[in-house]
Amino acid sequence: MSLFWLVVIVLAIALVGYVVGRARALASAGGDMRDLHSLPSYYGANVAMKAAVPAFLILVLWLLVQPFVIHSNISDMIPEGTIGEGSSLGLVMAEVRRTAEGLENAVAAGQISDDFARNARSDFTDITTRLKEAGQIVTSQITQPIMRAAQSYRIMLSTGNFYMSIVVLLAAIAGALWGIRETKADFRARNTVERGIQVILFSAALIAVLTTLGIVLSLVFNTVEFFRLYPAMDFFFGLTWSPSFSGRGGSSELGILPLLWGTFYISFVALAVAVPVGLFAAVYLSEYASSRVRAVAKPMLEILAGIPTIVYGLFALLTVGPMLLSVFGEDGLGIMKAGTAVMTAGLVMGIMLIPFVSSLSDDIINAVPQAMRDGSYGLGATKSETVKQVILPAALPGIVGAILLAASRAIGETMIVVLGAGAAARLSLNPFEAMTTVTAKIVSQLTGDADFASPVALVAFALGMTLFVVTLGLNIVALYIVRKYREQYD
Amino acid sequence: MNEMPNLEQASAMTSSKISAKMVQVFYGDNQAIKDVDIEIQPRSVTAFIGPSGCGKSTFLRTLNRMNDTIDICRVEGSIEIDGEDIYDAKVDPVQLRAKVGMVFQKPNPFPKSIYDNVAYGPRIHGMARNKSQLDDIVASSLQKAGLWEEVKNRLDEPGTGMSGGQQQRLCIARAIAVSPEVILMDEPCSALDPIATAKVEELIDELRENYTIVIVTHSMQQAARVSQRTAFFHLGILVEEGSTQDIFTNPKDKRTQDYITGRFG
Amino acid sequence: MTDTTLSPETSPAAAGEPVKSKSLYALDDLTRKRNASEKRFKLYGLGAVLIGVFFLVVLATAIISQGIPAFTRTIVEVEFTLTQEQYDAAEKELFKTKAYEQFFIGALQGQLEESGMSVPFDAAAIERIVGKTGGTIREYFKANPGALGAPAAFELAASSRVDGYSNGRVTRETLTDSRFLEKSDLDIVDALVEAGIIKTVFNWNFITGADSGVDNPGGAGIGASVIGSFFMMLVVLFLSLPIGVAASIYLEEFAPQNRFTDMIEVNISNLAAVPSIVFGILGLAVFIQFMHLPQSAPLVGGLVLTLMTLPTIIISTRASLKAVPPSIRDAALGVGASKMQSIFHHVLPLAMPGILTGTIIGLAQALGETAPLLLIGMVGFVARGYPDGFITGFIEPNSAMPAQIYTWAARADYAFYEKAWGGIIVLLVFLLTMNILAVILRRRFERRW
Repeated sequence: MSLFWLVVIVLAIALVGYVVGRARALASAGGDMRDLHSLPSYYGANVAMKAAVPAFLILVLWLLVQPFVIHSNISDMIPEGTIGEGSSLGLVMAEVRRTAEGLENAVAAGQISDDFARNARSDFTDITTRLKEAGQIVTSQITQPIMRAAQSYRIMLSTGNFYMSIVVLLAAIAGALWGIRETKADFRARNTVERGIQVILFSAALIAVLTTLGIVLSLVFNTVEFFRLYPAMDFFFGLTWSPSFSGRGGSSELGILPLLWGTFYISFVALAVAVPVGLFAAVYLSEYASSRVRAVAKPMLEILAGIPTIVYGLFALLTVGPMLLSVFGEDGLGIMKAGTAVMTAGLVMGIMLIPFVSSLSDDIINAVPQAMRDGSYGLGATKSETVKQVILPAALPGIVGAILLAASRAIGETMIVVLGAGAAARLSLNPFEAMTTVTAKIVSQLTGDADFASPVALVAFALGMTLFVVTLGLNIVALYIVRKYREQYD
Repeated sequence: MNEMPNLEQASAMTSSKISAKMVQVFYGDNQAIKDVDIEIQPRSVTAFIGPSGCGKSTFLRTLNRMNDTIDICRVEGSIEIDGEDIYDAKVDPVQLRAKVGMVFQKPNPFPKSIYDNVAYGPRIHGMARNKSQLDDIVASSLQKAGLWEEVKNRLDEPGTGMSGGQQQRLCIARAIAVSPEVILMDEPCSALDPIATAKVEELIDELRENYTIVIVTHSMQQAARVSQRTAFFHLGILVEEGSTQDIFTNPKDKRTQDYITGRFG
Repeated sequence: MTDTTLSPETSPAAAGEPVKSKSLYALDDLTRKRNASEKRFKLYGLGAVLIGVFFLVVLATAIISQGIPAFTRTIVEVEFTLTQEQYDAAEKELFKTKAYEQFFIGALQGQLEESGMSVPFDAAAIERIVGKTGGTIREYFKANPGALGAPAAFELAASSRVDGYSNGRVTRETLTDSRFLEKSDLDIVDALVEAGIIKTVFNWNFITGADSGVDNPGGAGIGASVIGSFFMMLVVLFLSLPIGVAASIYLEEFAPQNRFTDMIEVNISNLAAVPSIVFGILGLAVFIQFMHLPQSAPLVGGLVLTLMTLPTIIISTRASLKAVPPSIRDAALGVGASKMQSIFHHVLPLAMPGILTGTIIGLAQALGETAPLLLIGMVGFVARGYPDGFITGFIEPNSAMPAQIYTWAARADYAFYEKAWGGIIVLLVFLLTMNILAVILRRRFERRW
């Protein structure tokens, strides 16, 4: 039974439960709604809730646990010796899964019989050839243990799914029956349902935490896997980045320092553009501009913030890059070789961040109480003196927070650097040279043809981990500062 | 008795520090102040009283053009200080405000040290040639504000850490530091407890020797305590102006009488 | 400073004393200097605003000027009649398509002369301008024998260089002779344009079509990836709105003040600032590696974008809930409603316009997001056609608008850049529509308490 139909059936049981529960409640009160503790619909909802919620919970848990159980059973079937040089259990397991999927597809297409696919005594060469004929095997490295493992994998998967359907359906029916039994006139249906809803609301809030957990776990597991194949010291302190995609990436040098340098250099250029422009714009808009100018200029700046980063990426690649090249390139000053460079990406990223800095600073500057300004004007200070000597110092913590948030944005920005910064990892001071960043390399390592379990692909997770830790650190500090700042004037 | 007001008026004409004629203030289309004429005497305390929303604070803010900071505010009529029209195109509000200082309703020290708070004005107006001169200005201003003894050992602590009364006296010191000739005070004690209020009132009384002081207050008792002259505002109109004693004991206008006897406001 | 340096007794000229009154009319030097610096400062501010606006204008100009050509295509329209005899004769030839090409060239020549133009050209030049035409013509007549003997009009796509020439991407100065197009061919093109044989028409294929191969920029369209984006947005809408609202209600109305609640809140605000690429890694590791959901599926893209959009929606929803005054809650509780009822019957409906506005803005953000999609395989070249049905639309490999644009931008052929800019126009039209919708919603239903 497919997952889709399972879900539909559980929902149907819940619906039936709702109707029955409602009717039963009314009947128990002799048809007079006023004798019920709660409105009739609450009795129906109670039954539906008890039918659906536990069943879905079991379904989700089962789906999460089953792969682990199967994985550990299957991996026992693969003898140590068969894992080849430069390979790993993970790679072999991926192979097993692919083969199992191939078997499944071949059975579904009617090219081999289900029995034949299940039978552990089926001739190995025979089954392999037939799979190949069916176009379900692409690699040639299928060995006997892998094929056997794939066969058992397929069997376990289908048995597992079968039992899962049974258990889930039983849970749904049992829940519905329990709910129906509870349904009597004096049963506090509303309170039960509301408690249930509250739990659902709580679990929705929990998803945010689970997302973070998911991020951390997926990064940590794969990073650990990476460090098993590639020494951590070389990763963190290596000065060269040259992944080699051929042959499992054995000769790759994967030092993060050139990438970090590129990331920070580009972010620095971006902030050097965005912070002064954004800050001055915010000061102008909040202190000088008439309300009419403000009504026009502010939304215009905010449009810049709403433009997707891919647009900025294209802008960098096709407009700003060639423009800079015509000034600094061979025909001009001769210090720029190609359109993609630190300067190109940094400049465009700076443009993207202008509205970010200016609207955050605007909020922060407006949070400085008017009394401060009055005090300064009352002493005969000009506006600029007031801004420079009273408002900005008072708003400084908030502005620092805003700049840190902008920095975290710049470090995590992907599309602009993928398109505008170039692909070469190098440690150089020349801002007109192409460099690359952590994010750009995450994209290129994971969208290439590299095997998912090889160091050249896994390194992306280590890069992601680094990126996550750096930006998270910046965010936490920035949000803390901004929060403290706001409390001060609340 | 009959001669008195005339004599007083004549002397006011010749020696008044501030003289306002037919002043109108608009906020957009709303007229907040209408036809106000007043002469303010030098080296004395003039109190503006009236129910809230009567325009007394608005009028006070026209005297050093603080209302310039509000876009939609417009002033008509003439206001002269020492015979010079402060709304003349030649006048720079910045220079004007150095001459006419202001103290606000809520104490608003800058988030800087006590020293820097007081030194702020002299610094921006370039009043001290060197550090020791600036030190002198700060010290004497704090002294005149009666705050010196309390803060002399903690001048580099933040001004925001002091008590409300101390903060307000710091703001007064800050205003004195620019050597103004006129000090405007907009309900300077409304955020203070009675003891702090008494101290500030005492200070105002001392400052009268050297400065022309205009104070807006919603407390008639305070007006009676600190001022020599009192002006009563109602609905944007200056209803009556005269010596404080006259206003409180012998008001000429019915509305003034009703207000000081507590019928409204 | 210490107080030894700070003793008022040592000040002979009592500082702070009112000094001799200066005239207000005379500006002193310092004031003049200060006013100049004030003016400078104000100009810096104005300059900053203008820089921002300037960038916006440059960006808009770049997009429009370079994107518009994607919406047009250049065609060669020739009408001619092929008789049965000619057809039979051609079918007997050894090089059949060659023979048909001759008909085409003959007809072209005829039409040119008819409009009074004369330019010498050969078959090779025609091939460079419209490609090999014989095959198309032969197939047409083989498929429709009935069309023989009657005039038939052919609309053939001009080669991409000619297309570029007609929309200004290629000029006489920039064109270098090659086997694709020679300078002398441009004379022929000019003549054909004048004769009305080469014309520019609206390129519907760009709006409705799917991605083409790397060698065929002219045939590339964004339609398939628009559908991909659409299915993704469905997933995002139907997951993030209910989950976001539920989470916000819990946090705003029910959450007890404790460390765990604090943790959730800090978590959400931090999650809002996590780089989008990290969400892509999450999607790859959890949804594809771990849960084995199909790669490149809009379903997975939607799930990733849901997780990414949730914090935004939660933050704006909480703001809307907070904006409903407590008096409404009190009124409902006062007539005996339970807390849950007061929220679902009164607070939530009142907060709904704000919630929807926030959701639309969150969706618009998600619609423009590229990086995470690349990691889960929703790259442009996957979008080769429309899904077969509604359900398969979620799980069949597809791309999304921004990822499609990225794929075009990353290709070597310059003609794809034009498509990328055109794709951006389509994307921005969607974003603009959504934002306008949000603004209208806010204007129409906004309440002030």
